Amino acid sequence: MKKYSAFAIAREALRHHTGWTRAWRDAQPKKRYDAIIIGAGGHGLATAYYLGKNFGITNVAILEKGWLGGGNTGRNTTIIRSNYLQDPSAAIYEKARSLYETMSQDLNYNVMFSPRGVIMLAQTHHEVRGYQRTAHANALQGVKTEFISPARVKELVPIINLDGPRYPVLGGLWQARGGTARHDAVAWGYARACSDMGMDVIQKCEVTGIRSEGGKVVGVSTNRGDIDCDKLGMVVAGHSGHLADMAGFRLPIESVSLQALVSEPIKPCMDVVVMANTVHGYMSQSDKGEMVIGGGTDGYNNYTQRGSFHHIEETVRALIETFPMVSRLKMLRQWGGIVDVTGDRSPILSKTPVDGVFINCGWGTGGFKAIPGSGWAMAELMAKGRSPLTDAFGLNRFQEGRFIDESVAAGVAH
Amino acid sequence: MLILTCPNCGITAEETEFHAGGEAHLTRHGPGASDDDFEKYLFMRENPKGVHFERWRHVYGCGKWFHAARDTMTLEIFGTYTAQTSTIPQDIIDKISDRRPDWQPPETA
Repeated sequence: MKKYSAFAIAREALRHHTGWTRAWRDAQPKKRYDAIIIGAGGHGLATAYYLGKNFGITNVAILEKGWLGGGNTGRNTTIIRSNYLQDPSAAIYEKARSLYETMSQDLNYNVMFSPRGVIMLAQTHHEVRGYQRTAHANALQGVKTEFISPARVKELVPIINLDGPRYPVLGGLWQARGGTARHDAVAWGYARACSDMGMDVIQKCEVTGIRSEGGKVVGVSTNRGDIDCDKLGMVVAGHSGHLADMAGFRLPIESVSLQALVSEPIKPCMDVVVMANTVHGYMSQSDKGEMVIGGGTDGYNNYTQRGSFHHIEETVRALIETFPMVSRLKMLRQWGGIVDVTGDRSPILSKTPVDGVFINCGWGTGGFKAIPGSGWAMAELMAKGRSPLTDAFGLNRFQEGRFIDESVAAGVAH
Repeated sequence: MLILTCPNCGITAEETEFHAGGEAHLTRHGPGASDDDFEKYLFMRENPKGVHFERWRHVYGCGKWFHAARDTMTLEIFGTYTAQTSTIPQDIIDKISDRRPDWQPPETA
């Protein structure tokens, strides 16, 4: 792998950029690997990366049925924060946020982490109480957040309208070190680092079956032949239920479409991320100047990557009240991603009924922010059989009633 | 936009007039049920790519619950039927089989 640096750019400039090489190899599947990760999105690639970096397991393949980072990694609104209520969530999300701080240096790949600050608006008295409680919990967890006044919100976001007719702004939960990152770069950076460690990132390789003997996994069947493995990690978000079905177990997960849209580029007008959970509207301005807007989830199960039109209408209607200037913007694109939602809105990082098969799913509407922490914890779980970060997120919590209820903090109100 | 027909009042309307209520035909086990059974009832879901049986409520209409058979990949609605049944009516199964020849009815049917 060629190291990226200012020196490398200068050197290539002198020879008309003819010396750049592929960021990762176009690998062909081998017969056998120590570990196979299904899903080359952010979480899958991060899992593979930390398997190699932290545990020296590099005989790893990452299988992807489509193209790298083409699922929810490339479809989210890139918000990074860790202001969750429950201790297990704060631990894993804050681990992730802190890894984002140094990710560009670690991977030698610019992921454009921009800790510009995230405000979650409190627009009902219920939310005011909820976010004050979260701020207190965060203080105990060592996550730096504060509850701020409407005047401070206005100072941070001059384009906001505090006195909306339906949902006035009553305050906000402010995390100054939250922000955004370039989502594709996160996947590409991890893929490049994995490939450099000798791992095979195999695209257009769809898993069609999971082979086990005596309750232990022995490999997978794919559209490019059978591949053997000792350990298997399923990291496929919305399609987890489908894979679990192949392995012969069920999941407490329902898949729905979550939408986002993006406006034409305009001059800089908002340098923080604003989330309005009551009205399902989340907005930030990209480096290109587009307003990136996240909406709500569909009310019913589906895999359409499209979403219901009336949800977009609701989101935009609410945003226009809170940000009147948005009414003049043209929207360029709209899309949907399939999010895997659990009963308590918390993820599942767990062993499964099949020995050697591990699952990482259920991140629902807020997986991007968790990518490095999720990969870090999943790698430890796969390498050692348990991880302090994943202990609370086991599949058995649904049977035992140990929920990690984040239905308030999960971002998208359900 | 989904177009559903409420089998209770007979009105055909867009999805905004209805509210989805999740997977249908879940068995609620009685006293003495195991943790396993109750976990299944509360949390475990088929979540299929394809034919899905689900509950809907006609919230901005007659207010009554009913069931629908819908494809989660194409959003095609095969039909709606009464919620006062624990089995899937034969005419709904026939309609689905007609459109999806490879589809197998679930064991609960």
